[in-house]
Amino acid sequence: MLKIENLHASIDDKSILKGINLEIKAGEVHAIMGPNGSGKSTLASVVAGKEEYEVTKGTILFNDEDIEDLAAEERAHKGIFLSFQYPVEIPGVSVTNFMKTAINETRKAKGLDEMPAKDMLKLIREKSELLEIDRKFLSRSLNEGFSGGEKKRNEIFQMAMLEPKLAILDETDSGLDIDALRIVANGVNKLKSKDNAVLVITHYQRLLDYIVPDFVHVLYDGRIVKSGGKELAHELEEKGYDWIKEEVNA
Amino acid sequence: MSNKYTEDDLREELKTKEYEYGFYTDIESDTFPVGLNEDIVKAISLKKGEPQWMTDWRLEAFKSWKEMIEPEWANVSYVKPDFQAISYYSAPNSKPKYDSLDEVDPELLATFAKLGISLDEQKKLSGVAMDVVVDSVSVATTFKRTLGEKGIIFCSISEAIKEHPELVKKYIGSVVPQKDNFYAALNSAVFSDGSFCYIPKGVRCPMELSTYFRINQAGTGQFERTLVIADEGSYVSYLEGCTAPSRDENQLHAAVVELIALDNAEIKYSTVQNWYPGNAEGKGGVYNFVTKRGICEKNAKISWTQVETGSAITWKYPSCILKGDNSVGEFYSIAVTNNYQQADTGTKMIHLGKNTKSTIISKGISAGKSQNSYRGLVKISPNADNARNFSQCDSLLMGNDCGAHTFPYIEAKNKTAKIEHEATTSKIGEDQIFYCNQRGINTEKAIALIVNGFSKDVLNKLPMEFAVEAKKLLEISLEGSVG
Ligand SMILES: Nc1ncnc2c1ncn2[C@@H]1O[C@H](COP(=O)(O)OP(=O)(O)OP(=O)(O)O)[C@@H](O)[C@H]1O
Ligand SMILES: [Mg+2]
Repeated sequence: MLKIENLHASIDDKSILKGINLEIKAGEVHAIMGPNGSGKSTLASVVAGKEEYEVTKGTILFNDEDIEDLAAEERAHKGIFLSFQYPVEIPGVSVTNFMKTAINETRKAKGLDEMPAKDMLKLIREKSELLEIDRKFLSRSLNEGFSGGEKKRNEIFQMAMLEPKLAILDETDSGLDIDALRIVANGVNKLKSKDNAVLVITHYQRLLDYIVPDFVHVLYDGRIVKSGGKELAHELEEKGYDWIKEEVNA
Repeated sequence: MSNKYTEDDLREELKTKEYEYGFYTDIESDTFPVGLNEDIVKAISLKKGEPQWMTDWRLEAFKSWKEMIEPEWANVSYVKPDFQAISYYSAPNSKPKYDSLDEVDPELLATFAKLGISLDEQKKLSGVAMDVVVDSVSVATTFKRTLGEKGIIFCSISEAIKEHPELVKKYIGSVVPQKDNFYAALNSAVFSDGSFCYIPKGVRCPMELSTYFRINQAGTGQFERTLVIADEGSYVSYLEGCTAPSRDENQLHAAVVELIALDNAEIKYSTVQNWYPGNAEGKGGVYNFVTKRGICEKNAKISWTQVETGSAITWKYPSCILKGDNSVGEFYSIAVTNNYQQADTGTKMIHLGKNTKSTIISKGISAGKSQNSYRGLVKISPNADNARNFSQCDSLLMGNDCGAHTFPYIEAKNKTAKIEHEATTSKIGEDQIFYCNQRGINTEKAIALIVNGFSKDVLNKLPMEFAVEAKKLLEISLEGSVG
């Protein structure tokens, strides 16, 4: 589904990604871990098409198509979703209105008519129940005054609404309390199928207890320096990153 | 990333974006020679068949105007109009009033259709009576009968001067005196037409009253005069909307609107203003110098709601004189400026009575190289015990070349006054746009969404169908402007 080859990216001439190789197939769950500032969010943004980053080398293929020249919204239309590490506030725009716009813009791009109000309501009801979100919450301004955990849960609600092919979850677990973590993780698991894929970015094992990865990668200084199965996450939790840094620097 | 929609692309598109509503309707006109003197003032009055008292009133205004100088304190700069180069009267040729729309010049109707203004059955069925002002003279009035049954008078001001002289004589100039300011004095001398509305005691006007103004004749200034009187315990919601054809030379518009809310009455006055703002280089566009003011007697309420997206220069401060005890004044405003537009707008809330209350919500949106100023005065007089005011002025900036300014003035002469003022300035951020893009919403749509969200508190105050038009206008006026 996603195939990244020798990806180099920089911002303001500062090189951040320095040769990433990663392949994610349909039905798989991948986790990326790595120290602060290693480039995890940058990788997510570059895949999602944030224009501020310049891809200096390498390719990103999504379902065998080179997406370099696609705008962020076009990538979204193709089924790439990013749950933001820091969701953005949009005052005066309700969660419902935002979702309605997002869904209908995506449909428009695909040559479909707007979703009938009845179907929209049904979808909202279904997905808000899945994530145990109070419907009153959906009339509030997007992310404005939301607690850290509420923002993250809302990101996954949006994912559930949009049903992407590839979901990139950037530290979705941070800020969630124990119950919320379980609810959100269950939500993600329920949406999983053999046709879609998830890339989880996290610092902690606890999320991976729920969303069990097929592969774990360690990102360090703009490169994936180690990959393994789910046991790698346990090892990192136990030992930290020093041993990996030593391996790399050796 | 080659085919990305860059900021530069957006700017380019913005430049080539022609004024959506820029076209010109050719209706044969009956136009006065240019210039202004006593004879012209007399001729206007004569042409309209006015009684002597009205002619005298105009001449008095003209005398004051000659002594006055154009104000310069507003935060706008422009080439002053040459008042001797303007023609002060222009009326459509087919003078007689129409009973139905079928009789109205089809070209005019086509113009309205182009504007997306449905002057058709639909609108009538939805309960909107309209007094259409084309180049200063009313050509169609609908729903008069329904209104008549309730004793409501809704007609052109010229007609009111003839048919209801006692009301006009009593109230015209009572809120905005002839010599109130330079433009008001000019208007008082030469006003061509406008609307008049009277709601009798205890009557709730069953429909929104609506007038569409247009400036339609090259080189003719437009001087509208509106007078709305809500008698004791009555209620009326009045809508005013405008668009103008694209034109190269500047057009002057100096309207006066007076609202009178007697004891326990309520007037809601909503405006959507979309006059030609000038082209991308700042050439042309309407000069909009308007004086709007209302007076509230005991327990009365006046709400001004405005969406201002047009005009090259806007100078406009809809105000409330809260004379009666417990009266309420409200001002809700969205002002959008793009390219080289300049807006200096706001309100004055003059608290005279006890327990008077005012609310000001102002949303300024600036893009391009425009300048957008809020100017507001809250004045609490010595007798206004327990007066309260809440003001909120928010500015949204797009790009680095525009300006937003806030000039709040407070004069409190009574210690019991409670005045709150909040102001914010924000910028549409790249992060907000990217967040929307990531959810499949393109940049243009994202801006519309963010701007609508920013303006929501004010849009919510507009009557439903007006709100829809207003949202469309916001989108049109900001299309392609991101920074
Ligand atoms: N817009 C930017 N301008 C300058 N530097 C940037 C910018 N964005 C990211 N960086 C730098 O790139 C590096 C990688 O940042 P990134 O956010 O991708 O890290 P991360 O792995 O997600 O870290 P964390 O675990 O703390 O979320 C950091 O050193 C960061 O400061
Ligand atoms: Mg990060």
